[in-house]
Amino acid sequence: MKTDQLISALVADRPADGYTLDRRLRLALLAGGLISLGLFWIFLRPRPDLVPALATWRFDFKILLMMLTAVLAFGFCRAMARPIASPHHARRLLLPAAALLAAIAVELLTIPSALWATRLVGSNSLVCLSAIPFLSLAPLTAVLAILRRGAPRSPALCGVAAGALAAACGATLYAFHCFDDSPLFVLTWYGLAAAIVISIGAIAGHRLLRW
Amino acid sequence: MYPSHDLSVLMRLSRGGDEGAYRLLLGHVASWLRGVAQRGLARVGLNAEDGEDIVQETLLAMHLKRDTWDETQPLEPWLRAIAHHKMVDHLRRRGFRVMVDIDDLADLPAPSPGPEAGASVDTRKMLSCLPARQRQIVEAISIEGYSARDVGERLGMSEGSVRVALHRALKILATAYRREQP
Repeated sequence: MKTDQLISALVADRPADGYTLDRRLRLALLAGGLISLGLFWIFLRPRPDLVPALATWRFDFKILLMMLTAVLAFGFCRAMARPIASPHHARRLLLPAAALLAAIAVELLTIPSALWATRLVGSNSLVCLSAIPFLSLAPLTAVLAILRRGAPRSPALCGVAAGALAAACGATLYAFHCFDDSPLFVLTWYGLAAAIVISIGAIAGHRLLRW
Repeated sequence: MYPSHDLSVLMRLSRGGDEGAYRLLLGHVASWLRGVAQRGLARVGLNAEDGEDIVQETLLAMHLKRDTWDETQPLEPWLRAIAHHKMVDHLRRRGFRVMVDIDDLADLPAPSPGPEAGASVDTRKMLSCLPARQRQIVEAISIEGYSARDVGERLGMSEGSVRVALHRALKILATAYRREQP
């Protein structure tokens, strides 16, 4: 086949729909998120004292932090699906990290040091470590499936971004169930759980997102 | 009739369904890629004739990944990034761990026609990896120059299913290129 002939085949191949990668990514995330929401409702449910918890800054901060991370991770993921690198999207994720460190500083200043260890260990750490990856699986699968349409400069890094996005979604849901609101707990156990999901994303990305 | 030097405009027109603009764009890109590929191969001491495989593989990737171009940005950096990725990938498959010089990719677009377009032996081999019906469709459209509608009439399929089969075939071809171990 000559190149001109290949071009004829390419010209004849018109896209069936006008969906952009961006829109597909949103729809995939919505679908994955709904599956996780269903699983959350079946297995975990929101904590019984949700209403009083909403009146505490620690709980609200935890929820807002997860949501902010999810929004920024979406931008990161979208950028990493393109062949041209734009590192400023990764840097934006430093914003929730900085907010978490500031909250930890407040926590350390406002509670007696004898309570630090109790707050850090919490009451739910193993549930947290398994529930966040569990709730992240559907969004991760859906997002990776769409990212196969992408052209990532680095497939592994794109997988990292997908993992971060999925982990933020899973953690947002789990945060409504979790009784441990201390930023010390969030950094340690949410962080570890996210690291598990991000590692899975990196490995899957390296294998699945090459093009 | 087209502002032929503005590749971004041509790509936008193509996205709107302008086949003439897309053909012109792919032609420009192919002749630019030909130069890039031949220089890249010559640098590592490979036969420049193999360059046409890289040209075709890169055109396929560009086509299948065209959704990843952000319309608010110029097309050229995106094209260079795709070409760079495919060039590095191709050389790596052949056992070369070389950095492809970005400057080599800088002279886009090539205003004058590049070296003569050759046939690519490998693509013929690759076409044989397609299921029979898909191969028939690709050959009828590319080599014999039929339109999707004509092919549909000949094979007793709707134009839509011809296009679906063509798209699947192009994806299989792109995968076959990536798995190729020369």
